[in-house]
Amino acid sequence: MIEWINDHGMLAAIFALAGLSVAFGALLGYAGERFRVEGDPLVERIDALLPQTQCGQCGYPGCKPYAEAISGGDAINKCPPGGDATIAALADLLGREASPLDGEAQDAPRVAYIREDECIGCTKCIQACPVDAILGAAKHMHTVIADECTGCDLCLDPCPVDCIDMIARDDAIDAWQPPLPAGPGHRPAAQLIVSDRAHTPREATHG
Amino acid sequence: MAKAFDFPGGIHPPARKTRSTRHPIATAALPKRVVLPLGQHIGQPAEPCVAVGDRVATGTLIARAQGLISADVHASISGEIIAIESRRVPHPGGLSETCIVIEGDGIRDDWERLPALDWRHTDDATLHARLTASGVVGLGGAGFPTQVKARVRERHAIDTLVINAAECEPYISADDMTLREHAADVLEGARLMAHLSGAERIIIGIEDDKPDAAAALKAAIKAGNRDSLEITLKAFPARYPSGGEKQLIKRLLNREVPSRGLPADVGVLCHNPGTLRAALQAVRDGRPMVSRIVTLTGEALARPGNVEARLGTPMTELLDAAGLDEASLARLVMGGPMMGMELAHLDLPLVKSSNCLIAASTIELPAPPVEQPCIRCGACEEACPASLLPQQLYWFAKSQEHDKAELFNLFDCIECGACSFVCPSHIPLVDYYRAAKSDIRARAFEAQKAEHAKHRFEFRQARLAREAAEKDARRQARTQASRRPKAESAKAASKEPPTTSQTSSAASSPSANDADLKSLRIAHAAAKAAVRKAEKVLTRVSQSGGGQGQAQNADEIQDLEVQLATARENLAAIEARMAAAKEAAAEATSDSSMDTDRERAE
Ligand code: SF4
Ligand code: SF4
Ligand code: SF4
Ligand code: SF4
Repeated sequence: MIEWINDHGMLAAIFALAGLSVAFGALLGYAGERFRVEGDPLVERIDALLPQTQCGQCGYPGCKPYAEAISGGDAINKCPPGGDATIAALADLLGREASPLDGEAQDAPRVAYIREDECIGCTKCIQACPVDAILGAAKHMHTVIADECTGCDLCLDPCPVDCIDMIARDDAIDAWQPPLPAGPGHRPAAQLIVSDRAHTPREATHG
Repeated sequence: MAKAFDFPGGIHPPARKTRSTRHPIATAALPKRVVLPLGQHIGQPAEPCVAVGDRVATGTLIARAQGLISADVHASISGEIIAIESRRVPHPGGLSETCIVIEGDGIRDDWERLPALDWRHTDDATLHARLTASGVVGLGGAGFPTQVKARVRERHAIDTLVINAAECEPYISADDMTLREHAADVLEGARLMAHLSGAERIIIGIEDDKPDAAAALKAAIKAGNRDSLEITLKAFPARYPSGGEKQLIKRLLNREVPSRGLPADVGVLCHNPGTLRAALQAVRDGRPMVSRIVTLTGEALARPGNVEARLGTPMTELLDAAGLDEASLARLVMGGPMMGMELAHLDLPLVKSSNCLIAASTIELPAPPVEQPCIRCGACEEACPASLLPQQLYWFAKSQEHDKAELFNLFDCIECGACSFVCPSHIPLVDYYRAAKSDIRARAFEAQKAEHAKHRFEFRQARLAREAAEKDARRQARTQASRRPKAESAKAASKEPPTTSQTSSAASSPSANDADLKSLRIAHAAAKAAVRKAEKVLTRVSQSGGGQGQAQNADEIQDLEVQLATARENLAAIEARMAAAKEAAAEATSDSSMDTDRERAE
């Protein structure tokens, strides 16, 4: 063996390398099978950027199917609830050009509200709701769990007595955000003692 | 005095406290009408448990705490509920919130108290229940429900209770006056809270510009030292913001609270003196939280001072009683001048977190100068008590580069305003940070909501799939049941023993079924594993629950429960399909043998 290697150095090297590549190829192949990632990671990442309203306004039966369509080459500007922010994020992820929204942009977040005394308990809206946000039994009044409702409007059309309204999400006091200051050249809206230094406070020396 | 440790940065703004400390704490006149907001604390607003027209006494429960972090609200005067409606509340954005309005009986003040308890001879559960039922929240300004803080022991080992008497922010003197007049009560309250949290010692941190309060505390320590608990008083030179929890702990104990952590992470619990007194009153006297001590100060007031006022009292009444000169009033500030908020209206109610009202004149708090560009002088960095890089944070907040801001520990900023105070370009740095923080929080909230909606959607899909699979299985069972009698009679007619030999055409169908079954079995195992995994995650998260992250934890658990339900639905669907496939396979085998039988018979 050793002798043969000594005699045919070149061949031995070729055999050794070929052997190694077969061995590692097999190992990689096995690892690929063994630790396969479930699903398509790109679809997952696209799906993570979609608002998960599940409204179907994009023309697909939910956000995940639209994510699959996008990864298959569909346009990225079909999601009205996501709006420009989602389009920008998708453009960023996929390296595509951001295009204006195809459809009407949506304003403030909303939730469905069922006028309970008008509800006839037909259960049609329950069947339409993609996130099971409506509670109720046949012939009994129904009600929307506001926390779970994504505001997708899908329950409006099926209702035979039109007793469902879309109202503003009731979280005004939690949703309030302090404004970003206007920047240099503007007078800050709310600055307190900070502006003291220009003056001599009457009581600055004691207390 | 012990002053071995220190926190970095800090500033020395003019204190301006003397005006409000000249007179003892007064009792404000009983208001004719009070407006009590349902969300005077951090956490979920309380839920009203009275109706318009109900008669209440002072101390009657009128709104019950909701969820894990919340606090009860009690009537602060006796009278009649005249409205439960949206009213303007003290809020930096000037927003409204649901409030309960009580019209008083005039001078009559009937009380509804809880039974008095001796905390040394009462079990912990009763004490916790009492704190919960009394609506006590932190009075330092943040308004964190005290009963939640008292339960911290369930998650963290606490060794030290710190009484935060630093009161470093200018103008405010409510804690100072409380200590001067009620030092013994504060200490007794501290003993109570130390007992509940398992702390072995109490440390009082106080700035050395409050000699009277320190003297009162010393006397009270000497007078009340009949138990084993070690109580120490540490005074240190005044420097803003030594009353920040993290800064105070560093100064007193030389312990560093980790980034985005809580004092409890290093075994410390901080309480404000007023809160301790309120907790003691709730237990010892059965007195729910219906009033608080508030500092009324500013140059637009002729008679500044501290008053004990009923919650919900209109601020106008308090300010008028203190001699408000409306002409010289330039701005009304609630809280301190560094971290407080400016109020746009005077007709707001006093709430649990109103520790100070500053009716400032133009000379006192002039309009801020125009913001100039940053000159990168680095002054803000030197002043920052949290060792952050305010200038970097400013750029990131301004350009909304939130991920970078978080990387530079934006959330460790305590919004003390020291950086804005020293900035020569008059940049309202804290306002930038507040805006950035709230934007980050809002985005995280929306992302979490979207994720949850996705899981609910998946659950629904799984449920529909399971229902479809079960329906299929049932239909299959029915058709087979209807076919079987015929097959049976055919078999009986042939009267030949069934053979095991099968034709090649018949053999192909069971083998296709086998492949189906095999892939179903694999899917079944995967679904089972998914259920187990979801169960494991859920148990882990629900066991690690508790403490101050409870509200968030509850949402997470709810979401995980949806995921677990989805996994179970998936499993059930596969089981139904598997059962159907097995049935079909068995049927196919017997069918094919029957077909063979029939062929032979013919
Ligand atoms: S339009 Fe947007 S939110 Fe609606 S289903 Fe399509 S991707 Fe989801
Ligand atoms: S309740 Fe109506 S609007 Fe809300 S998620 Fe369900 S279907 Fe959509
Ligand atoms: S103090 Fe103001 S001007 Fe100086 S570096 Fe900081 S932000 Fe810039
Ligand atoms: S406001 Fe924040 S960044 Fe500015 S000094 Fe205080 S902790 Fe530092």
